[in-house]
Amino acid sequence: MPSRAQVLVRMRLADKAFQYLTQATALGVLALLGCIILALIIGALPALRTFGFDFLLTQSWNPVTERFGALAPVYGTIVTSVIAMAIAVPIGLLVAVFLTELCPLWLRRPVGIAIELLAGIPSIIYGIWGLFVLAPFLQVHVQPLLIDVFGEVPILSSLFAGPPYGIGTLTAGLILAVMVLPFITSISRDVFEAVPTVLKESAYGLGCTTWEVFRNVVLPYTRAGVIGGVMLGLGRALGETMAVTFVIGNAHKISPSILAPGTTISATIANEFTEAVGDLYTSSLIALGLILFAITLVVLALARYLLLRVERRLGG
Amino acid sequence: MRSALYARRRRRNAVAMTLSLGATLIGLGWLVLILGALLWQGVNGLSLKVFTEMTPPPGAGGGLLNPIFGSLIMTTLAVLIGTPVGILAGTYMAEYGRYARTTSVVRFINDILLSAPSIIVGLFIYEVVVAQMGHFSAFAGALALAVIVIPVVIRTTEDMLLLVPNALREAAAALGMPRAYIIRHVAYRAAKAGIVTGVLLAIARISGETAPLLFTALNNQFWSSNLNAPMASLPAVIFQFALSPYADWQKLAWTGALIITLAVLTLSIAARVVTRTRRQS
Repeated sequence: MPSRAQVLVRMRLADKAFQYLTQATALGVLALLGCIILALIIGALPALRTFGFDFLLTQSWNPVTERFGALAPVYGTIVTSVIAMAIAVPIGLLVAVFLTELCPLWLRRPVGIAIELLAGIPSIIYGIWGLFVLAPFLQVHVQPLLIDVFGEVPILSSLFAGPPYGIGTLTAGLILAVMVLPFITSISRDVFEAVPTVLKESAYGLGCTTWEVFRNVVLPYTRAGVIGGVMLGLGRALGETMAVTFVIGNAHKISPSILAPGTTISATIANEFTEAVGDLYTSSLIALGLILFAITLVVLALARYLLLRVERRLGG
Repeated sequence: MRSALYARRRRRNAVAMTLSLGATLIGLGWLVLILGALLWQGVNGLSLKVFTEMTPPPGAGGGLLNPIFGSLIMTTLAVLIGTPVGILAGTYMAEYGRYARTTSVVRFINDILLSAPSIIVGLFIYEVVVAQMGHFSAFAGALALAVIVIPVVIRTTEDMLLLVPNALREAAAALGMPRAYIIRHVAYRAAKAGIVTGVLLAIARISGETAPLLFTALNNQFWSSNLNAPMASLPAVIFQFALSPYADWQKLAWTGALIITLAVLTLSIAARVVTRTRRQS
């Protein structure tokens, strides 16, 4: 039978041990991020050493001559994300308006859940759907129309030039828009709901319409949160891999037309990594990954910073 | 003059509200279109053979037994590795270090990891595990998935532990319990449903992940239960089969896609049910 003092000592030791264990794992998360960055840098070194800063500015991607440049994938990543955000931001915000202002109370939960289910569908499902359903539809019904309509307009004609492939930058942007939409909607809905009722009611009391209340009271009040949600969506769009790989066409060139096939950083890595022969090829792909990670880190950090500020203001 | 302005404002409001309704219908329409296509294309490929036979060479009949098995093995392993780590880190953030500076830093980094591109995780595990061991392996795939599990579990564990009323902890402390006991026997028990939700959400998240598996677990045409060798997984097989020119492979890809989607949707609905009963009680 251990004495009381012994039990107390043992308990205190166990307590300390548990505390240090949890603390160490929490710090391990920081170490994990550090390790990811370090591993990418080490992996990318051979390519960065060979090509230097030119890596970012070169368009050629030639495994035979071992000349690699990141310009085409970076360009594709940015263009697809821009298309996705141009479509998803207005639609996502309007859905959030519907959910907070217009929708009858009993319908809010089911509609909200349905939109969030869109976020739960794995990206490979979007990919297979985009390849077999969306791309053929666009090829037959939408893209010929776009080419006809914009063919005569001076600047837009080059944007919509070339044959309707179905797959390509525009299709990838569209798929990304659907994937990003639920993120923008759910965060904007949450911040819209956090607007104090008094503010909205006083605007209504002055005779504002629902739209005017949203435009002049809700939106200015929640701007930081909305931007945070949009950035979070952008982070997802930039790094999305499988859905894009299926529908972008994987062509290593920069084409002015958004109907033409292109590539993105993540699609290039997904497609070529296992087939990459030679250290320089592999290293160039890892360098691409490093660029992608750097871009998304900045975007995501900015998003979290904005959302954190909103949270603090609402909390205090 | 006045009524003209009023009419214009009313009109603008009506247009905006119609647009927002339209946007919602578009959003819901996509969901219906995607699920509809999945059911339409996937259901007629569903048969017992899908669950009992191996992936076929093109032109021969077969099923998805080895990728289903591989996905289950790697998901289980990832959850077994990721969950304890996530729960322990979340425990520190909500209990010992609730007001510590470390916690806000870890939370910030964790939120970034939560939405970091999953293909980067694949590259990371390739560099650290695959390149060192010299070959692809199911174990590397499971590790990559575990890296994705950890932030999800940390986030929900912390949130749920923060919801546990302090009065419970104080009552236990007043009885003379040390903190580690309070956490394990009071806080965990009160937050159990929430933590389970987090794990379910994490499983839902990784069961469809393809990018981190492509160059860690690779793929395998044959049955393999060797953790030290490449292993097939449903998402990787869907990727390979859907992009192939063979009609029967594409059909199997659709069926696989249907299975994954049903699994993911079931898990996320289960997660909602778990938290809901908790809220009611």
